[in-house]
Amino acid sequence: MFKTIKTSQLQLFAMLAAMLLIVVFFSIATDGAFISPRNISNLIRQTAIVGVLAIGMVFVIISAEIDLSVGSMMGLLGGIAAILDVWFNFPILLTVLVTVVAGLVLGLFNGWWVAYQRVPSFIVTLAGMLAFRGILVGLTDGATVAPTSSSLAIIGQSYIPSGWGISVVGLLCLGLVAKVYARRKARKQHGVENKAAKFEYAKAFVAVVVLLVLLYALESYRGIPTPILIMGGLILIATYVAKRTAFGRRVYAIGGNIEATRMSGVNVERTKMLVFGFNGMMVAVAALILTSRLGAGSPAAGNMAELDAIAACVIGGTSLAGGVGAVFGAIMGALIMASLDNGMSMLDVPTFWQLIVKGMILLFAVWLDVKTKKAQ
Amino acid sequence: MKQTLLDMRSIVKSFSGVRALNGVSIQLDRGEVLSICGENGSGKSTLMKVLSGVWPFGSYEGEIFFEGNLVKASTIRDTEALGIVIIHQELALVKELSVMENIFLGNEIGSFARLNDEEMHRRTSELLARVKLDVLPDTPIRDLGVGQQQLVEIAKALNKNVKLLILDEPTSSLTTTEIDILLNIVSELKQQGIACIYISHKLDEVLALSDWVTVIRDGDHIDTKAAAQLTQNDIISMMVGRELDELFPREEHDIGEVVLRVKHATAKQAGATRAQVEDVSFELRQGEILGIAGLIGSGRTELMQCLYGSYDGDYEAEIELEGQTVNIRSQRVALEAGIAMVPEDRKRHGIVPIMSVGRNITLSVLGKYSSWFGAVNEDKESNDIDDYIEQLKVKTASADLSIKNLSGGNQQKAIIAKCLLTHPKILILDEPTRGIDVGAKYEIYKLMFALVKQGMSIIMVSSELSEVIGISDRVLVMHEGRLKGQFDYQGLTQEMIMNCAIKEGVANV
Repeated sequence: MFKTIKTSQLQLFAMLAAMLLIVVFFSIATDGAFISPRNISNLIRQTAIVGVLAIGMVFVIISAEIDLSVGSMMGLLGGIAAILDVWFNFPILLTVLVTVVAGLVLGLFNGWWVAYQRVPSFIVTLAGMLAFRGILVGLTDGATVAPTSSSLAIIGQSYIPSGWGISVVGLLCLGLVAKVYARRKARKQHGVENKAAKFEYAKAFVAVVVLLVLLYALESYRGIPTPILIMGGLILIATYVAKRTAFGRRVYAIGGNIEATRMSGVNVERTKMLVFGFNGMMVAVAALILTSRLGAGSPAAGNMAELDAIAACVIGGTSLAGGVGAVFGAIMGALIMASLDNGMSMLDVPTFWQLIVKGMILLFAVWLDVKTKKAQ
Repeated sequence: MKQTLLDMRSIVKSFSGVRALNGVSIQLDRGEVLSICGENGSGKSTLMKVLSGVWPFGSYEGEIFFEGNLVKASTIRDTEALGIVIIHQELALVKELSVMENIFLGNEIGSFARLNDEEMHRRTSELLARVKLDVLPDTPIRDLGVGQQQLVEIAKALNKNVKLLILDEPTSSLTTTEIDILLNIVSELKQQGIACIYISHKLDEVLALSDWVTVIRDGDHIDTKAAAQLTQNDIISMMVGRELDELFPREEHDIGEVVLRVKHATAKQAGATRAQVEDVSFELRQGEILGIAGLIGSGRTELMQCLYGSYDGDYEAEIELEGQTVNIRSQRVALEAGIAMVPEDRKRHGIVPIMSVGRNITLSVLGKYSSWFGAVNEDKESNDIDDYIEQLKVKTASADLSIKNLSGGNQQKAIIAKCLLTHPKILILDEPTRGIDVGAKYEIYKLMFALVKQGMSIIMVSSELSEVIGISDRVLVMHEGRLKGQFDYQGLTQEMIMNCAIKEGVANV
């Protein structure tokens, strides 16, 4: 117990420290423009798409699989949403519903090949990466589908009215405090007053402070962006699924040792297929945000997004060998990547340099992880 | 004065403040065999890791002299260069490569551009003759049995000009015949002046083979004595620090009606010509411990896999459980029907190493604490975990510790706990005590008797004949996929089982 907590604590600290370093560096380099309310709002809006993709991807990677098709799938689903909206004038709710169901179906399709037909996920999703893009180009004839309706724009472009936003964040903070309190009470009942408790208080305290500061910054610009609220909701749901449910537990077990999990009577095939299905739904949500923000369905949309999602997971401490990872880490990874993008763009760093720096950061993050694990 | 080959002086090794070795000293001359005995976790492996350079010079206290020189190794390569070669329990051969390629892996003869195949071929044949292994140098490793692979490992060591050979539990997965061959080879190497450190839980081998026996307990060097002066019981009491009344604590229990009837079980790999299990029928009674003996490859494990739904080829069997016909097509169905299994290969099929002890224990019954997407009731879960950890005496600092940090015996107990949580009617134990120390073995036997007294029925597959006879009520012997004999435990001897398991002839069913 001591060891595991130590590593995860260490990882968390390392990520927070990296984030802090990035913020301080860019704030100084841009004379404070980096932490202006407007830029913070922009930055976390930029995080939303990769963040949502990372939420789905982290489950796939924890189960020791990979999904290379999410970029193309996001393009295809975004294209479908745009077509429904622009060509057929579907009401927004129906568009959302159809897109999410389509995402689920595509995800389950991938998962069926991986789990029941035993084709390696690398290959299945590489095939999907090509085929989904092909379908998208075929459907749209290679042309942009635009302009999308004003109601679709709500998903990616609107802001939550101030009063609502404040109450949501307020509730979150209260919930957090209540949770920590309940845990402490449960511990006392079990008679295990735990050394990790202090760490948990500190974590909750930091989380509340960060949430309030973010709220202040966002409110002093235009309010909480809708995609961020969507991402926030998905983070809560996904964390719950990963940490609290039998399904989540089985996903970790499958990544840790699939044979032993099978021998324990777990239906590993179905679990794996559901992981891909869940991932597909996350891709659909990301696709809706993307199409709404662009105001169009583009045949090139989502190109290489799978790599950003994978990078976010890995930087966030998810092990490609499976069995290890967390939703929160993946989101931090996405935030770090987005901050680098945003900061370097503000400094007018040429695009080629941005790619090089991001590549190096990815390499460095994983190297650090390997090193700390070895030191144990 | 004769020069000592190996002299390890008061080795102390600590891990974050905990002393794993507390001043262990051993000496060894050329041509001598030293056995190191101790329960799992006693420090044997740590000592060997210090000796072989896994823990580099400077990370431990004390000194190692080899051929009179102080050893300052920083990697395994350094000690191999000196002539110290360790052969691990898990063999380190590349399955896809040939015997020759494995023996010369990393030490290839020839230039970078062109390998000297003729020379390597010739040398391989010589080495194989030395270890009395009658296979061609071009045979792929995957076509060899475990025992033969072990001999290839020894040949590989000989090729490196080994002076001190360390064998870590070499016989734990070998059959009796294979063990005899291996022991003969070691004796011959001994005559050629090669020293050997032998680590094993099998005390009969230890006594037959060694000149000296060193016992380690909790990192302390208990004693080193000449093997000729020792009996198995002496060693056991030194290892556990107390006298064990008996190895097999048989307890009286009632045997009831037939609970399981298996008819015409047949199992075959897709495309194979020979069936691994062929037309096996047997019965199991309530409260009975049924032992299944036979050589490795006789189909014991495969028969169990058919009962548990985990056989990976085609299989058929008429299975009747408490009078009901059941069709077991997966592990899930087996568990639902009331059959649980502790698999043979603990690491591959038993544990999820990075998960905690507690979470491993509840993996089979998570559905009991929640439905698929409902929250797991962790209070209820941890109550069950604590219960079973206490009942089965799983020694762990906390239920939240990763299971990989536990000793083999305690991992095994956790896996048994996982099975018991499903409340099975029938518990299958495939090699339940392999690689487990004496103390934990005893506890597992005790537990088995407690379970059958509660009315559970147990099928135990084991290669250790003394265990089969000591624990079972009835013993089935398998040979080449078929059931060849059936015995009551009373009056049963190891010779009777071996005769039945090895010799061709009329079945005694």
